[in-house]
Amino acid sequence: MTEPGASDGPVPAVQLAGIAKRFPGVVANHDVDVEIWPGTVHALVGENGAGKSTLMKILYGVQKPDEGMITVDGGAVTFSSPGDAIACGIGMVFQHFQLADNLTVLENVVLGAERRHGIGAGARREIMRISQVYGFDLDADELVETLGVGERQRVEILKVLYRGARIIILDEPTAVLVPQEVDALFANLRELKREGHTLVFISHKLDEVLAIADEITVLRRGTTVATVPPADVTPHDLAELMVGAELPSPSRGDSTVTDRTVLEVRGLRVEGPSGRVLLDDVDLVIRAGEVLGIAGVEGNGQTELVEAVIGMRPAAAGSVALGGTDVTRWGTRERRAAGVGYIPEDRQRHGLLLGFPLWENRMLGHQTRPPSANGVWLDPAGARADAARIVESYDVRTPGVDTSARSLSGGNQQKFIVGREMSGDPMLLVAAHPTRGVDVGAQAAIWDHIREARRRGLAVLLVSADLDELIGLSDTIRVVLRGRLGDEFDPQDVQPQQLGSAMTGAAADTRG
Amino acid sequence: MSLARRVLLGATAPVLAFAVAALVTTVVIVGAGASPGEFWQVLLSAPEARYYVSIVNSAAVLYLSGLAAAIGFRMNLFNIGVEGQYRVATFAGAVFAGWAVLPGPLNTVAAILVAMAAGAAWAGIAALLRVTRGVSEVISTIMLNAIALSLVAYLLQKVGSREGQTYVTDAIPRSAWVPSIPLIPGEISQVYGLALLALVAGVGFSVLLRRSRFGFDLRATGESESAAVASGVDVKRMVVWAMLLSGALAGLIGMPELFGASHAYGSTIQTGIGFTGIAVALLGRNNAWGIAFAAMVFAYLNQQASPLSIEADISTEIIAVTQGVVVLSVVIVYEVVRRYRVRLEQTEVARALRQQRKEQGVAA
Repeated sequence: MTEPGASDGPVPAVQLAGIAKRFPGVVANHDVDVEIWPGTVHALVGENGAGKSTLMKILYGVQKPDEGMITVDGGAVTFSSPGDAIACGIGMVFQHFQLADNLTVLENVVLGAERRHGIGAGARREIMRISQVYGFDLDADELVETLGVGERQRVEILKVLYRGARIIILDEPTAVLVPQEVDALFANLRELKREGHTLVFISHKLDEVLAIADEITVLRRGTTVATVPPADVTPHDLAELMVGAELPSPSRGDSTVTDRTVLEVRGLRVEGPSGRVLLDDVDLVIRAGEVLGIAGVEGNGQTELVEAVIGMRPAAAGSVALGGTDVTRWGTRERRAAGVGYIPEDRQRHGLLLGFPLWENRMLGHQTRPPSANGVWLDPAGARADAARIVESYDVRTPGVDTSARSLSGGNQQKFIVGREMSGDPMLLVAAHPTRGVDVGAQAAIWDHIREARRRGLAVLLVSADLDELIGLSDTIRVVLRGRLGDEFDPQDVQPQQLGSAMTGAAADTRG
Repeated sequence: MSLARRVLLGATAPVLAFAVAALVTTVVIVGAGASPGEFWQVLLSAPEARYYVSIVNSAAVLYLSGLAAAIGFRMNLFNIGVEGQYRVATFAGAVFAGWAVLPGPLNTVAAILVAMAAGAAWAGIAALLRVTRGVSEVISTIMLNAIALSLVAYLLQKVGSREGQTYVTDAIPRSAWVPSIPLIPGEISQVYGLALLALVAGVGFSVLLRRSRFGFDLRATGESESAAVASGVDVKRMVVWAMLLSGALAGLIGMPELFGASHAYGSTIQTGIGFTGIAVALLGRNNAWGIAFAAMVFAYLNQQASPLSIEADISTEIIAVTQGVVVLSVVIVYEVVRRYRVRLEQTEVARALRQQRKEQGVAA
């Protein structure tokens, strides 16, 4: 290990030491230690909620750490705004592009950095120079709205370089790209590396990380758990580091699967806004008392599957039947009223009204029936009493049901949602990452509740990134890859490696 | 949060907001070269008894206008077209009542319903554009305001009769007039009978939002559209309904004066109430009590404008500045207090949890 600021030997381009960041009720980061060496691609991997984005906001000056030290090129720095970070040569390429469609490449790049090279010929020269050096192939006068996704991303990188960045953070840069564009991006990144730039690459796509990174740091539950060279690890090793081995393993118990079909999906096809096929030819059946686990690398169609089953996304083709009734044309409200519980992937965006008290959140998604409502009128007393019941029996840590949902920690928000969605005896529970971001104790409790409901005949569609959770809870596991559902696995005798290969599409190679 | 603390925090915001507003207004007056002492003396001196009546009348109308704007605001729907809806609705109501197809009070009731329907229909155009073509309701309602003014002026020439330089609709028969309420005995000017509509609308607004499923869906959509969708709310339908309700409420704005004083639609119609309603709704934080308070503040300030120029020789426009400053400071101060409250609540939750954990630790 090199001492920061030591005169002999190389110093890290960026060193984060003992970084901690707390939000009320939540510890987003603690004891984070990362050394990023100049001229390398350093990947940061971790599950959603592992603290990657908070850490990057700290490094980019958006958030201030509560503890710890940041050094850039051996010198300690404090950032109070992204401006400070930019001044230190740190730039960030956001996942969601920050470009004005109706302006040209030149105007977008110059916007906010007018002082560097003016807005005229000087700026154009500099942009063309950067574009040429790194093979960006961009025309300064083209309107951004006419550019494709890959080109827009290059504009974003150009913006950062134009501002003099030597250390570039890329937040999930491949999430929006198709494979060919990923290859092109990686070629650009290698070019940047060759020119001496330092790249921080955030991702949860393990094969990509292994392909591009010189070093990989794994974050789990807000802290760094390991830094490894890609040559020494397999995707499975990485996945294990990300998910962690300290988790209590869920155990399924005896099978409770009946022969009564609850959910039947036939030939389901879901298309994106531009007609892109997100999910195709999906067939699945879940019976009462059965948990069907869906494994897959994020972004392969599991979100779309969940939203199609719950009625938030229309089916372009195929059918969805609930308890023998065709509900393909039903809206979300009808489906929920028919007895579908929904634990959404993004609890803050889809599961809660953050500014509302817990008792009003008890009504959310259950507006149509007791105890939330009688006919067209709300039943505040009923909702309060039932919210109190959930708080009690699901161990939601809160001073009371008048507390706003926002004030609870993530784990307690999740326990409340699980409790709410389990009430009223649903026949189907659609659970997306039900224990993501909750602490170990809450996780075990949520698993117990799901198992208990399954014993009583609940059918569960379980989407999870946590393989232990899938293996431990599911009666059947299926893998989703590029919008299609693959083979069934029996969790009794499946190895995480097998699932891992099926998830990355390497199944044919390993089995054949 | 303890009750005392909650009440204290609740009171802090308005007091602080008005203090800030007073300060800024004073600075503006000094900047304009007038005497702040005289300004405050006139502004804060009690109006004569007969002016109370016009304050109440004006407050009732502003209250209806505020409610109309607020119902959209509660779901982040910005109906800037209350003014146009109010004009179209009042015109339609006046024409219908003038035809006198129904006898007496029945005519009144029917005309009010016609006005509400006309307001709702005018707002409905914006709602349809929004849900079918994705047109921002801000843009469409502003444009519909302009169209409403021209349309009404055109129709008025068609169906109305010439009176001097202007046109008016046929007078409403006496049997359909709504008697005034003698608030102050012996005074000639009296409170419009239909000012009571404001009361009814206020109660209705409150019950609808707080007690009905529809109100919950509306508030949920305003708080988080994505969560509302996941809970099964059909947002497009909510947009249409909220817009129709907003327009129907806008349709009530002109009724107190139409049936209490003017008895016809003509050039004497009050302009700008629809826009003031937006400020009233903002000041009232979109809730029934707040809007009532805001409507009274605005009505009071409007009333004090005329003595200001007479007694203190200060331009009446300063009242508009004061109203604007009040709205701005309320919006800003409430947001600051809200953030403070959220932080306070979060630390309190954290403390309660630590406490629990400690107790459990002791027990174990």
